Amino acid sequence: MTESAALAASHIRKSFGNVHALKDASLTMIPGEVTALIGDNGAGKSTLVRCICGIHNPDAGQVSVNGEPVRFSNPEQARKAGIETVHQNLALVEDLTVWQNLFLSRELTSGFGPLRMMNRRAMTKEATTMVSTLAINVPSVKSRVRRLSGGQRQAVAIARAAGWGSSIVIMDEPTAALGVQETAKVEELIHDLKSRGISIMLISHNFDQVLRLSDAVTVMRSGRTVASRRAATTTGDELVGLVTGAIPADPDYVKGESA
Amino acid sequence: MSTVSPAVTDAGERVGLGSRLASAPWPELAAPLGLVALIIVFGLLDPTFVSGGNIEAMLQASAILVVLAVGQTFVVATAGIDLSMASVMTLGAIVLGLVYTGTDNIWLAMVAGVAAAGAVGLINGTIIAKGRITDFIVTLGALSAASGLALIISDGKPITVLNRAMLKLASSGIGPLNWSVIIAAVVAVAAHFALFNSRFGLHVLATGGSEESARAVGVRTARVKIAVYTLSGVLAGVGAILLVARVGAAEPASNTSFLLNSVAAVVLGGVSLFGGRATIIGPVMGALLLTALVNGLTLLGLSQFYQPLAVGIVVVLAALLTRFQK
Repeated sequence: MTESAALAASHIRKSFGNVHALKDASLTMIPGEVTALIGDNGAGKSTLVRCICGIHNPDAGQVSVNGEPVRFSNPEQARKAGIETVHQNLALVEDLTVWQNLFLSRELTSGFGPLRMMNRRAMTKEATTMVSTLAINVPSVKSRVRRLSGGQRQAVAIARAAGWGSSIVIMDEPTAALGVQETAKVEELIHDLKSRGISIMLISHNFDQVLRLSDAVTVMRSGRTVASRRAATTTGDELVGLVTGAIPADPDYVKGESA
Repeated sequence: MSTVSPAVTDAGERVGLGSRLASAPWPELAAPLGLVALIIVFGLLDPTFVSGGNIEAMLQASAILVVLAVGQTFVVATAGIDLSMASVMTLGAIVLGLVYTGTDNIWLAMVAGVAAAGAVGLINGTIIAKGRITDFIVTLGALSAASGLALIISDGKPITVLNRAMLKLASSGIGPLNWSVIIAAVVAVAAHFALFNSRFGLHVLATGGSEESARAVGVRTARVKIAVYTLSGVLAGVGAILLVARVGAAEPASNTSFLLNSVAAVVLGGVSLFGGRATIIGPVMGALLLTALVNGLTLLGLSQFYQPLAVGIVVVLAALLTRFQK
């Protein structure tokens, strides 16, 4: 599996003072698949994601993209390497419009020097294409994000993450704050991205959703990755057992897969 | 959740009059509507108010405030505030006066005045962005420090600036428009384009709207903050030029009414004090309104002691209007 992993993290450790948030975390994403990362609150999922996407600098361990070892010291570098993250807070500016959010800090401009102006027409046009391919209907790219529903906001954040030629999209609890209908639509969206060949890491608390959407599942418990399963061959009960510790960690998981 | 969708579909278009009135951007309309109302009321009470001469005079009188309000708008758009603007303008004026007295070169003096004011803005911005100290405290400190500095270097005395170019600036122009009015208009138009058509403007609004989100997607929010306070300082320097031209001298006076009025114009203009939402036309209208108010009260023969009272009431009323926004 390791030969062409879209993304691999091996033996990542991260401490904040005396708190050992990550003791030994490893995971592998197969290109084009949805890899779920599950675990109880405080198991270290978010810290692992932050270590991968450049927010945190891991104390030890190695992250590699397409087999190449990488080291990101900020999210910008991770983005340039094709890794986009949709954080739980979505990182949208509510007072700005959809197109402004989609292009924020990546504006298209024309002209030179002090006369360099934003090319609104090009951006609204491209934003419309980015958004129109989504399962969730966003009213107009010129409407302010404040006026959008939770699902529509999630869709905008996902569209932004997927829209920049990124090959890996990490989603932190994309449906945690959504109702049933909107959850279904966001799940459709995740299918969409997968069918475009994007590798997705899905952090979720919802085991049914994980089994529905993902190809592989990695389980974390108190700062360690303890098991990895193919979604097709596991069950919700087994995942619950792995998360809670009722089922012990795979003895060979860490050694076997991430060396 | 399901109740969300109908309200969201680009709301407001074909809804009843009531909800349309409720969804109208009242805060943004406050200044233009107020201005129209003032013109009608004062015009009826005293027709000279709407005479060509008086309108020219009002425009000229509003030029400095327009320039200051534009600078304040950029700061407020990032959810900050610049309380030092008026003192910085004073410092800029004194530096202008001293350099002119020393070199007899008015152009060098203007550049020096603007540079000194811009430097204070740069220091403000750097302390706020890098030192993470509240804008309120930093610019309050700068208010005191800049006026103190102006007093020190001028020895507390006004400096007469007699210069043909400055005289021209204050007394001639193109057609009925005074040069100071033209300068203020150019500043406002340039600011409008900068706010809505440049990356800088978008980053300003993003920083004010949600600094955390803006930073997460790669906006350098610290730089943006430094830039807006520097811009505010530079525009205070431009205000200093207009002030010296109008008065014919650089005075180390505190000019506190300019500070209050610059914030007042921004609030009247419907700019959110929480940042993220701003226009340039709004605060410009606000500045015109405040000037027209003072001018009208003077024409009616009211004691000038009533002016601060009237300005205060108008500003608080305008702030009340922003409650309709939600």
